[in-house]
Amino acid sequence: MNQREKEEYLREYALLKAKGKPFFPYAVAKDAVMMVFVMATIIAMSIVLGAELGPKADPTTTTYVPRPEWYFFFLFELLRVIKPPELVPFATVGVPTICMIMLFLLPFIDRGPERRPERRPIATISGILVILAMGYLTYLGAAAGSPNDIELATAPEFERGKVVVAQSGCLACHKIGENGGDLGPHLTEIGAVLDKGAIRRTLDNPTAPMPSFAGLPEEKKAAMVDYLASLKGEDASRIQRDNVEATK
Amino acid sequence: MKLPTLPKPPVPKRFQDKPARPGGAPKPTKLEQVREGGISAADWVDERTSLSGGLRWMMFRKVPKGTNWFYTLGSATMFAFVSQAITGVFLAMYYVPSATQAYESARHISNDVFLGEFVRGMHKWGSSVMVILIFLHMARTFFFGAYKYPRELNWIIGVVLVILTFVMSLTGYLLPFDQRSYWATIVAANINGTGPLVGPFLSDFLRGGGDFGATTLSRFYAIHMMLVPGLIAALIGAHLYLVAKLGTTAPPWQRAEVDEKLREEQV
Repeated sequence: MNQREKEEYLREYALLKAKGKPFFPYAVAKDAVMMVFVMATIIAMSIVLGAELGPKADPTTTTYVPRPEWYFFFLFELLRVIKPPELVPFATVGVPTICMIMLFLLPFIDRGPERRPERRPIATISGILVILAMGYLTYLGAAAGSPNDIELATAPEFERGKVVVAQSGCLACHKIGENGGDLGPHLTEIGAVLDKGAIRRTLDNPTAPMPSFAGLPEEKKAAMVDYLASLKGEDASRIQRDNVEATK
Repeated sequence: MKLPTLPKPPVPKRFQDKPARPGGAPKPTKLEQVREGGISAADWVDERTSLSGGLRWMMFRKVPKGTNWFYTLGSATMFAFVSQAITGVFLAMYYVPSATQAYESARHISNDVFLGEFVRGMHKWGSSVMVILIFLHMARTFFFGAYKYPRELNWIIGVVLVILTFVMSLTGYLLPFDQRSYWATIVAANINGTGPLVGPFLSDFLRGGGDFGATTLSRFYAIHMMLVPGLIAALIGAHLYLVAKLGTTAPPWQRAEVDEKLREEQV
């Protein structure tokens, strides 16, 4: 906006303001109605939905479900969309930081005098697209849930490890067979890629954002490592199970 | 036959109405006295602070023609914040920010304290309501072009308030110290750690060390209870001051009808 446009706006605004009504009581009355509505909503949500308290935090846990509050889902889901490991910092920090910087810079980028949304197509469309993207990612995050179920067939000696893996919430990020998320590397064939020692080292000392499982009791961790090392692809799992059944 | 009327007994002197003094004002009634007392008390404060000018400036400023219900979203967000502050004070009376006792105190609030679960529910769901309202308010400002001259600085303060609101919900999420909050916070701290350059320092600062420990909880508690609410309250004050100073925006399609005669004179 140049000086002329600024003065034009200020003059126009002064005219509109002079024709307006005083803040008290006209705007205050509307605000008060809205306040009652907001308070009623909060109270109703508190009564209907309650404040559920989960089990106590336990660092040596096996039921770990890293689910943020729903309004962080869109950030969380960004990690699933951007998969390559070298791009993870971009998804975790880069995109939110860029969004924040863009928000700060918005009044300096869009300096035109026009304020009507229908005459600012670029701003309006990008705004709608951002809202749609956030809505979609939030929906994905809500729909993803936290499956603690692995359908991939397993030999009986690894059943214990399979339960530990399922309960530990690995599937929140990793895919085993048909189950789980795309955030981290797929584990269906992890046994063919890493040996037991490497799997154990990764569990103790993982790459962020994966949490460390160093605090897990030894018995559970051993079962977990054995199970993960046995994963050598879907075909291998099927053959393994068939062999076991054939010997019975 | 008609009985003679008895003469009235003489009224004692103290019960007799005093004759009005010539030129004296009528005695004020009780209501007028109370009103007078209130006015003089307000005057006493105003004489020493000159607050009434500011109050008049804030409350009786004009709001342009055509403002609608979308313009209540900002104050609605502020009411949500006030609700969070009040319920937060009551929760802080019972909450113990220590890794060993936090969960028990949260359960104590839910199970034993009078209306405890209700207040905790209000605080929990109030955060969702506040996040929704602040986003709607931001969307209104964006689509109405209300961030443009002369209100750029107020937009920037608003963006800081959005970020601080997210910091509040991130730090508050850990405090009940149940499984969900514990593990979600670990992942959040790790996510901060993946950032370039400052990432590892930021996550170390949040955790209060290389590992997630007892200091993490007290650190989150202090940030959630003292640092960020203070900042938010101060910035809301600045935000409101600028709104009053620059005026509420008119809806973008609202046009002032300029007097034709005036326009001709200008040309």
